[in-house]
Amino acid sequence: MKNGKFLIAPLLLWLGIFFAIPLLIVVVVSFAGRTPYGQVIFNWTLENYVRFFEPLYLSIFADTLWVAVLTTVFTIILGYPLAYYIAQLPKKWQQPGLILVMIPFWINFLIRSFAWVIILRSQGVLNTLLIKLGFITAPLQLLYNDTAVMVGMVYSLLPFMVLPIYVSLEQLDRRLLEAAYDLGATPFTAFRKITLPLTLSGISEGTILVFISSLGMFIVPEIMGGAKAALVGNLIQNQFLSARNWPFGSALSIVLAILSLVLITIYYKALAAGKGGGKDA
Amino acid sequence: MIRLEGISKRFGDQVIIPPTDLTVNEGEFLTLLGPSGCGKTTLLRMIAGLETPSSGKIFLADKEVTDLPPYRRDVNMVFQHYALFPHMTVEENIRFGLKMKKVDLQEQDKRVEQVLAMTRLQDLRHRYPKQMSGGQQQRVAIARALVNNPKVVLLDEPLGALDYQLRKNLQLELADLQYDLGITFVYVTHDREEALTMSDRIIVMNKGLIEQDGRPGEIYHRPGNEFVAKFIGETNFFDLGDGLTTLLRPEKLNLCPEEGDDGAHPAPHFFGTITDVVFYGTIDKVFVDLDGSKQEVVAYQYFDDARKWRMDERVGIWWYPQDEVKLSK
Ligand SMILES: Nc1ncnc2c1ncn2[C@@H]1O[C@H](COP(=O)(O)OP(=O)(O)O)[C@@H](O)[C@H]1O
Ligand SMILES: [Mg+2]
Repeated sequence: MKNGKFLIAPLLLWLGIFFAIPLLIVVVVSFAGRTPYGQVIFNWTLENYVRFFEPLYLSIFADTLWVAVLTTVFTIILGYPLAYYIAQLPKKWQQPGLILVMIPFWINFLIRSFAWVIILRSQGVLNTLLIKLGFITAPLQLLYNDTAVMVGMVYSLLPFMVLPIYVSLEQLDRRLLEAAYDLGATPFTAFRKITLPLTLSGISEGTILVFISSLGMFIVPEIMGGAKAALVGNLIQNQFLSARNWPFGSALSIVLAILSLVLITIYYKALAAGKGGGKDA
Repeated sequence: MIRLEGISKRFGDQVIIPPTDLTVNEGEFLTLLGPSGCGKTTLLRMIAGLETPSSGKIFLADKEVTDLPPYRRDVNMVFQHYALFPHMTVEENIRFGLKMKKVDLQEQDKRVEQVLAMTRLQDLRHRYPKQMSGGQQQRVAIARALVNNPKVVLLDEPLGALDYQLRKNLQLELADLQYDLGITFVYVTHDREEALTMSDRIIVMNKGLIEQDGRPGEIYHRPGNEFVAKFIGETNFFDLGDGLTTLLRPEKLNLCPEEGDDGAHPAPHFFGTITDVVFYGTIDKVFVDLDGSKQEVVAYQYFDDARKWRMDERVGIWWYPQDEVKLSK
């Protein structure tokens, strides 16, 4: 017991230095004001939080939530079949399959996002191809709209969905499916009644990862969404970098963090209630 | 009820089961008995439709089912490790097959109740599999198969994971259940005692081949070959000089003092020296080295206060001629 506590000490130190202290600073700054030149002055005010309730900011938060929900839904729709496909490959091909899913992660995120720009822009790969093939005559506006943001978000967060789902599928006991067939279930029914419920844990882990990550996403909207598609992530980034309003930026960060926590809590509560509690007892 | 015609199974270029014929009669408790890895599970899975035979035909109630998927065959399997659905309660597990077959709700309720009562699971109906002991899970697995009223129930070492005492009790329960319901059972086990206690008929398998097919008594007392004789229980092999191998179960061997006794019994065939006496409860296992050969034989002797056999004692070994089983060499 003593030993355990001793071993965990460095971890606590680490958390303290890199998580608790920065968080504390952000909390403190969020209650501060600023001079016209962007200097932070500590005058203990709620004005930053009041400002958050202006319609402009509320609507950005609402947009962000909506985009996060859509991103999550699309990553599930695309990620589940992909994970399923990998999980049913012969054992020796599963590892390479997963690596293929992961490979994009080995390349800098910015570069990958710009690669999408090259594919989707007016004179880009996709438009050129479509024109050459005669499907369209004028280039489509594929970039700098909500769809482009969605494509970028889903693309970049897909692995976060695929991996946990893959793990849950991998752990699924194949004999349960055989038992279901034996009891008269067609493969589709067996999927619905056995596979899907027993891999919900993977989906829910993926959902948390993707949802939280997309709430804070700012690079994708910035590069692929143009000026119009600002999300909370961009808003916060702007407060710190261009508007030089650190207190407001801090307040927005805190609101986002609290929002995430509340949503996660509700989500887990709902999940636990849905399960009926017996499953893992 | 079931007929296999020339059924065989290869995995890759490995022949697990060479072409085999087998008939299972209606209402019969048939046991496939054989050492681990001899292909019992594979054979069962082919009947269930979970494995495709490499050749041959399978008939179920005179209808060919060789190419039917498992969900279209009127058989149900009790899996070796139960394969209960972990996210469903006992009752939901049991009801699953009825739902799949779209049995009407009232009938579902009725049959579930019946089976719950039969397997004494009424009080556990809302439990999840993980909240139950091995023996209880085992009963759920059986209930889940029986509730469908299948033509045949296939059981793959259903008691294999349980401890000895529980296994003994469940063996009897299961045999009674089968007798009462009259459903055909095909039961797989590598436990000879289990096979002997429960079955109407036993198929002894070895390396995918059927070594013998017979009633428990026949298999035990009249083994058809050396493999069966050895697998089904301890056996002594003798060469009596008639060109055949003579086989005697240890309980058929009797001991007498070297100088003879006053009992009326056939004269001893062999003499020897006792090397060991092992206490086994109702019997003593007496090991005897035969004179003039290195052969050691084992005889079971009922515990008898008046006559205890001791190490290093000189004894004669005799038996009744009708207990001999002759095998060609
Ligand atoms: N899917 C499979 N692929 C390759 N070999 C298998 C497969 N299933 C079983 N076997 C082999 O077939 C043989 C018989 O297996 P099994 O039917 O499970 O035996 P038993 O149930 O009698 O113990 C074993 O040698 C096993 O390794
Ligand atoms: Mg087996």
